[in-house]
Amino acid sequence: MAGLSLTQIRKTYGKVEVIKGVDLEIEHGEFVVFVGPSGCGKSTLLRMIAGLEDITGGELKIGDKVVNGVQPRDRGVAMVFQSYALYPHMSVYDNVGFGLRLKKTPKDERDAKIREAARILQMEHLLDRKPAQLSGGQRQRVAIGRAIVRQPEVFLFDEPLSNLDASLRMDMRMEISKLHRDLGATMIYVTHDQVEAMTLADKIVVLNGGVVQQVGSPLELYHRPANLFVAGFIGSPKMNFIDVTVEGGDNVSLRLASPVMATQTVPVSGSGVKAGDRLTLGVRPYDFRLMEDGAFSGTVTLVEQLGNETIVNLALSNGQHLIVALDGDTECSIGQTLKVGFLPEKAAVFDTAGVHLQR
Amino acid sequence: MRPTRTKSLQSHSLAGWLMSGPALALVTLFLIVPFLLAFWFSFTNQRLISPNPTQFVGTSNFEQLLGVGALVLEPERTEDGSLIVSETGELSYPRVREFTRNNPDYPQLEGMREWFGWSWGESKVLVLARDLVFMKALTNTLFFVAVVAPLQSGIALLLALMINQKLRGINVFRTVYFMPVVVSIVVVSLLWRFIYDGRSGLLNNLLQFLSFGQFQPIDWLGNPDTAMFAIIVMSIWQAVGFHMVIWLAGLQNIPLTLYEAADIEGATAWQKFRFVTWPGLRNTAVLILVVITMQAFALFAQIDVMTNGGPLDSTQTLVFQAVTRGYEQQNIAGGSAISVLLFLIVLAISLFQRYVTRER
Repeated sequence: MAGLSLTQIRKTYGKVEVIKGVDLEIEHGEFVVFVGPSGCGKSTLLRMIAGLEDITGGELKIGDKVVNGVQPRDRGVAMVFQSYALYPHMSVYDNVGFGLRLKKTPKDERDAKIREAARILQMEHLLDRKPAQLSGGQRQRVAIGRAIVRQPEVFLFDEPLSNLDASLRMDMRMEISKLHRDLGATMIYVTHDQVEAMTLADKIVVLNGGVVQQVGSPLELYHRPANLFVAGFIGSPKMNFIDVTVEGGDNVSLRLASPVMATQTVPVSGSGVKAGDRLTLGVRPYDFRLMEDGAFSGTVTLVEQLGNETIVNLALSNGQHLIVALDGDTECSIGQTLKVGFLPEKAAVFDTAGVHLQR
Repeated sequence: MRPTRTKSLQSHSLAGWLMSGPALALVTLFLIVPFLLAFWFSFTNQRLISPNPTQFVGTSNFEQLLGVGALVLEPERTEDGSLIVSETGELSYPRVREFTRNNPDYPQLEGMREWFGWSWGESKVLVLARDLVFMKALTNTLFFVAVVAPLQSGIALLLALMINQKLRGINVFRTVYFMPVVVSIVVVSLLWRFIYDGRSGLLNNLLQFLSFGQFQPIDWLGNPDTAMFAIIVMSIWQAVGFHMVIWLAGLQNIPLTLYEAADIEGATAWQKFRFVTWPGLRNTAVLILVVITMQAFALFAQIDVMTNGGPLDSTQTLVFQAVTRGYEQQNIAGGSAISVLLFLIVLAISLFQRYVTRER
């Protein structure tokens, strides 16, 4: 059984601190995705778990063993790299069996394991080829095969699908998900693609600036983002943010006003908030509806008709833009004035520090 | 404006020829023409300066250079058939020159000299060569290549692996190892003549100091047993930095993630070299081997400055012989023939190396 436990993990390069005290518990068999913008430290954190980067401070446990100073090979982890990292001069068979060969596994046992991994990944016909003769998706399959053949306790994936094209990415995503179900091993997956995060994860860890912003299930993050950063990062198209002023309220609702918006009552707890406070209202594009008495009125500046939905870019009177997702057969043209409203119970309100107010 | 101008220049072939003209003319004059002339001269009796017209002589230059023969000498016997034994117990043999000078029974050995030989029971087997100096030059050059090519590439790889680490001040070492390469080989040769000096050379002084005066000074360049090795050591030292840099470029081309993957898979430092570094250096290795072989075959400047082929022809080399014959002995045809042979040898070895190291 190998869960992971990270306690106050830190990483500094010289004077620059890139991981600023991460606390995280990962259960055995969980699929955890680290997600965040470029440079947020997600890859560094993964490489620290793998043992490819030293840990400056804190404690890392795999299973119940502290592994801070343990060599990568003794951590019981396998890693799949973005660049696949296949040995170009070895056949697929030898690439997959490389770790077993280093461990001096008997030949027939090695052969059986390699063929089993090839069977799972449906690449038996590729075993004699060299990496150069494979497509990107096939290479990634080999890299995954190399990981599973060693039967590690923890799988680490470092942006494994970034180099693949869109349709292949979707296929591989499903395969990784299936692999997780079949193997039941702990998997940690780094990506900057929130779709991958949402579809694969049992648990998403959102990172920004070396700090964990929120840990939770995909829907938790979508519906109850802990702060402005998570709200803006999860969900596509992005959540709209509108600066509002508190007009009044009580423990169950707040009355919010803005020059670009008709005054709205939103059901969040107003404790600790007083009239005149400046807050941020967050509304997801999909929570807007066309309404005659809608709270917002704006000019259409861009229309993207995708068939199942229509994404409209609406310029408000103060120059701010709203992204609104409407029905697929909505008719509208650039320059037209639209009135849209939203469902107050789905809106989010953030205080001045960017923290989500409780309902 | 600029793209159109470039385009119009590119569409004028005259402009292109004019621009590449000077370089083409020089390359033709100093590389292509001499190369072709050497082939022609090697089949003639061309002299550097001669009142007589040049004549086509076929392959006689090559026959002269490459002529070898074998001779088996029977020990001399008295008339009753018993062996003649000298006072010191040695057998006596007929003189070689009785066979090689005006002996109508052995026309093929005419003018040859003894190269080397060995005993075969009572008789003696001798290998004769028509051009002993050329044979010396050929074997010396092959020996030089055989020692320098593996040693120099090996040491260069070792240095490259060492300076490829991320350590403070590693650039100092890179500079130090590379420094001899930028110094002219003539200057380096002169300096090493002082180092190898028989009486007060640096090397002798150092060895005497380290052995508390027990060491007897050696005239490194004046002793036929040590002269070639002295040149080999100095040549390796001079060029090793160059090949180190090529290895280094090859090393830095290997993606870091391959090492990281190997780390996670449990490879030791040796296994990482064996399975990641060495296969990744394949193409570099082919290049370095071919380049070193060619450079080693062209050994000349060190010989010219340090030993002039001596002592006792122990440091004669093909290129040195080609130059000596062509200019000092005014025998352009002979020098050309050596050059052509050298070209064929290097070509054959390079093709062989490419074949052995080909992509499979």
